[in-house]
Amino acid sequence: MSRTVPLIYERSQPGRRGLEVPRPDLPVPQLPEELARQEPPRLPELAEPEVLRHFTELSTRNFGVDTGFYPLGSCTMKYNPRVNERLASLPGFRDLHPLADEEDVQGALELEWHLGEILREVTGLDAVCLQPAAGSQGELTGLLLLRAYFDDRGEGEQRRRIVIPDSAHGTNPASVTMAGYELTPVRTDARGNIDLDDLRPKVDVHTAGLMLTNPSTLGLFDENIEAIRDVFHGVGALMYYDGANLNAVCGISRPGDMGFDVVHINLHKTFSQPHGGGGPGGGPIVVRDTLAPFLPVPLVVRDGDRYRLDYDRPKSIGKVRGFTGPFGVFVRSYAFMRAWGPRLREMSEVAVLNANYLLARLRDAYDLPFDRLCMHEFVLSARTLKRDHGISALDVAKRLMDFGFHPPTIYFPLIVPEALMIEPTETEAKETLDAFVEAMLAIAREARDEPETIRSAPHGRPVERLDEGRAARQPIVRHGFDRHELAPLGEPRPVEAPQGA
Amino acid sequence: MSYLSLTDADREAMLAAIGVDSVDELFRDVPVGVRFSRELDLPPALAEADLTRELERLAGRNALPEVSFLGAGIYDHYVPGVVDAVLQRGEFLTAYTPYQPELSQGVLQAIFEYQTAICELTGLDVANASGYDGTTVAADACFVAKQATGRTKIVVTEATSPQVRQVVKTYARGFGLDVVEVPHDGGTTDPDRVRESSGDAAAVLFQQPNFFGCLEPAPDLAAVASEADALAVAHVDLVSLGVLEAPGNYGCALAVGEGQSAGNWMSYGGPHYGFLAARQNYIRRLPGRIVGETVDAAGKRGYVLTLQTREQHIRREKATSNITTNQTLLALAGLVHLSLLGPQGLRETGETCMALAQYAKERLTARGLELLFPEKATFKEFAVRVGRNAADAIRSARARGVHPGYALGRDYPGLDDAILVAVTERRTTDEIDRLVQALTT
Repeated sequence: MSRTVPLIYERSQPGRRGLEVPRPDLPVPQLPEELARQEPPRLPELAEPEVLRHFTELSTRNFGVDTGFYPLGSCTMKYNPRVNERLASLPGFRDLHPLADEEDVQGALELEWHLGEILREVTGLDAVCLQPAAGSQGELTGLLLLRAYFDDRGEGEQRRRIVIPDSAHGTNPASVTMAGYELTPVRTDARGNIDLDDLRPKVDVHTAGLMLTNPSTLGLFDENIEAIRDVFHGVGALMYYDGANLNAVCGISRPGDMGFDVVHINLHKTFSQPHGGGGPGGGPIVVRDTLAPFLPVPLVVRDGDRYRLDYDRPKSIGKVRGFTGPFGVFVRSYAFMRAWGPRLREMSEVAVLNANYLLARLRDAYDLPFDRLCMHEFVLSARTLKRDHGISALDVAKRLMDFGFHPPTIYFPLIVPEALMIEPTETEAKETLDAFVEAMLAIAREARDEPETIRSAPHGRPVERLDEGRAARQPIVRHGFDRHELAPLGEPRPVEAPQGA
Repeated sequence: MSYLSLTDADREAMLAAIGVDSVDELFRDVPVGVRFSRELDLPPALAEADLTRELERLAGRNALPEVSFLGAGIYDHYVPGVVDAVLQRGEFLTAYTPYQPELSQGVLQAIFEYQTAICELTGLDVANASGYDGTTVAADACFVAKQATGRTKIVVTEATSPQVRQVVKTYARGFGLDVVEVPHDGGTTDPDRVRESSGDAAAVLFQQPNFFGCLEPAPDLAAVASEADALAVAHVDLVSLGVLEAPGNYGCALAVGEGQSAGNWMSYGGPHYGFLAARQNYIRRLPGRIVGETVDAAGKRGYVLTLQTREQHIRREKATSNITTNQTLLALAGLVHLSLLGPQGLRETGETCMALAQYAKERLTARGLELLFPEKATFKEFAVRVGRNAADAIRSARARGVHPGYALGRDYPGLDDAILVAVTERRTTDEIDRLVQALTT
C-alpha cells in the first residue's frame, strides 16, 4: 500500500514499444534539414501490458464517486450513470468530424438543439449557446456578452463595474479581470444574504452587472433576490447567474424568473458529466432575448425537422472554443436529462433533503455560522475545535479519509473561518449519510480525547500528508530523467487555501 | 428513479430528524415570487433501454463517410484500445480535481507524467495540466505574453487555423489586446513581413505545420519574434513532433496546440484537450493547474497541485486565469497513447502520415490536379485544386463514400477551388486511390 509507484519513465527500457503502427511500403519524404527533429523526445518505452498495468496501479491510488462518498461542496459529486459512457461512444457520435457537412451531422445537431431546449426550460431564459468548455469559460463568455450589449447601446465606456459578493467562487473575480471589467465587492449579511445596505450605494449607472451564485456558496437561497434584481435592473444593469449550484433548484426556482439575464450551467455538476479527475466540463450559457444577438457562433437552428448551424450573426462576440463545444459532454448530459424527464424537480428535492438531514445531525458537533435551513449544501466551521483542541478544518478533512470518505471542500467560502462545505447530492443512500455523520461525530470526540490521531491522519493511504510549501518553493514539475531523490524535510505545514469548490 | 436510494421510510425519518413535515417546507426561504409553480415541460423520463434506443436513433442520423480525408485541426488518428480501458477506470473517470493529494496520487502522478511528455515533445521546461482545446490555449499564451512583456499587440499569421484566430480575437477584447494578422505568401509566412508587424508586439503566434499543411520557416519566424523582444509562440501538432523539430529547440518561448491527435476520438469536436508549455521563466505566469513533486511527512515522494497562488481560488481577480475545470481525463488519454507509442512509434506515425500524404499528392497530380502550393514541404495535410467549386467536388465525392477534405474557400476568399486533404496513418493506399477516383472522374 505504501510503496512509491515508479514514474512510467522509470519503467522504460530502450527498444520496447506498446503499439505497432501501420508501415506502408512507400518511401518517406525527406524533411528540410532545419525543420527535422534532431533528438527524439524521451517518451516511455514499454510493452502494452505494462502500460495498462501502470495506469491501473495509478488508478488504485485515486478516489472517485465510484469509490465512495464524495461530499465536496459546490462540486456536485453525484453518481455518473455508466450507460452514458456507452452512449457517448456510439460510433455515430464518437467518429463524427466536427467539420462534416450539415446533412451528415443531423443527429448531432438534433441532440444539441434538444439539449438547448431543456436548458431553456430549466433556466427560464430564451436563447442558448453550448460552446463554452466549462463554468469559468461560461462566465467569461457571459461577461463578454455584457460588454458587447452595452457597447451596442453606447454605454460600454460608462459601465465598467461588476458587483460580486464576498462569498463568491474565485472564478467570478478572475473572470471579471479577464473580461476587462473592474470588481466591486459586496458583503454578506448576518443571515447569509447579500447585504442590501452595502449593496445599494455601490450600484449605479457605472455598473454593468452582478455575478451571483444562488443558492450561494453558503448553500443559502438569497431571500432578497427580488430586491437585488430591482437594484440592478433599476439602473439598467444586468444580472449574471453562476450555475454552479443549480442542482438545488431545478424545477423549484428558475434563474430567469429570479431576474437573471445570463446563466451558465455546469454540465459536469448538475447534469452528471463525470469530472474525470479535473475535467472535462461543459459550460453552456442561456440568455434573455436582448443578449441573443451577441452569442458566440455558430448557434444550432431548427428548420422543421432539419437542423443547421447559424454563423450569420453580425453582432456575435466571435468564438470562445472550437466548433460547437464539447459534444461528448452534451451526449452524456442529454442522456442524464432524458432519464430524469420532468421529474428533475425530484432530483433537486432529494439533494436538498439529504443536505438538510446531514446539517440536522451535525449542527451540534460543529459550529454553524448561518443557522437556517440549507439548500443542496451547507457550511460548518471547525473554529471551536481549532480554538479548544488545535484541530483545524484540514485535520478534520484528513481524518475523514480514514473512515473511507472524501473530505468536503475546506477553507471555502473565504468568509467562514475553518470552513467545511458539505454537499451530499441526491444519489447517496441514507446508510451512507448516517455513516458519514458517525465519522464526523467521532472526529469531534477524538478532537477532545485523542487529537494526535487526527493530526497524524490520514493513515494507511499511499502517502502521508504532503509538503505543499516545498513543492511551491522548489518547483519540480517534470521528470528530470537523471534520478533525483528528495531528502526528507521537517513537518509539513498545513495550507489554509480553499480545497474544492 | 434508479439513480436514487432513498425509500419512503428513509424520507420520513429524515424529515423527522430535520424537524419539518414535508420536502416543500425545506424550500421556505425561496421567496414566493420566484418559485416555479408548474411541472417542467420536458420530454417524458426514459428507462435505460428506451434511452439507449433514442440515443442510438440520434447517432444513426449522423452519416459517417466510408473513407474520410477531413482534417483542418481535428484528425482521424487511431485511438488504441488501452486508452479506452484506462479512461473507463472509475477512480479516474469519477474523481474531481485533486485537491486532496492523499486520495489523488493516481491522477496527480499521471498529470506529472503528462507534463513531462509535453515538455519532451515541445522541447520546453514546464507545461500545465491542460487547457480546454487548441484554440483557448492560444489565447492563454497571448495573455502570458501580455503579462510578461507589458505589451498589448499580438501578431498572428493568417496561415494559423481560422478558429484559433477567431478565439484569440474574442479573448483579446477582454484582455485589452490588439491582434494583427500577417498574410501568407504562397502558403507560408515570410519572416520579413512578420518583422514589419512585430515592433512592440507581445507575441508572434504561428502554426507549424500551418493550416494549409505547409511547413513554415519556423526557426526564422521565432528569430524575428525574438529580435523584437516578443514571445515566439508555436501552435503545433503533437503527432508531428516525432519528426518535426521541437519549438523549444528553435527559440520559441511557448508552445501550444490541440491534443486531440494524441489519444482522443473526434467526437464532433470534443471534449479534447489543449496543451501549453513554456520556458522555465514563465512558470509563475502560466494559467491552469500544475502538478509538482514533493515529499510526504515520512519523506516519501508524492505529488500535489502546486504554484496555486497563480490561481483563481486564491488570487481571485489577480489570478493568471479563471480556469478551474480543465481537460484532465482527455490529457490522460493523450499520455496513455504517447506512452504506448514511445519515441519510435511516434516517429513511425509521423513517417507513415508523410509517406501516405506524398503518395496522395503524386496520384492526384498524376491525374491532372494541381497542388495549391506545389513548392512547399508538408506533413500530413496538403491543399489541392480540384478544378471546380470545392463544395461541388466534395458533394459528388461524398456520394461515392469518400469525404475528400475541407473546402478552404470557407475561410480564405479566392481559394474556392481548393480542398485541404488530411492523410493520417489510418488511411491506406487503396483508400487514397478511391480519393483520387472520386476527385478526378
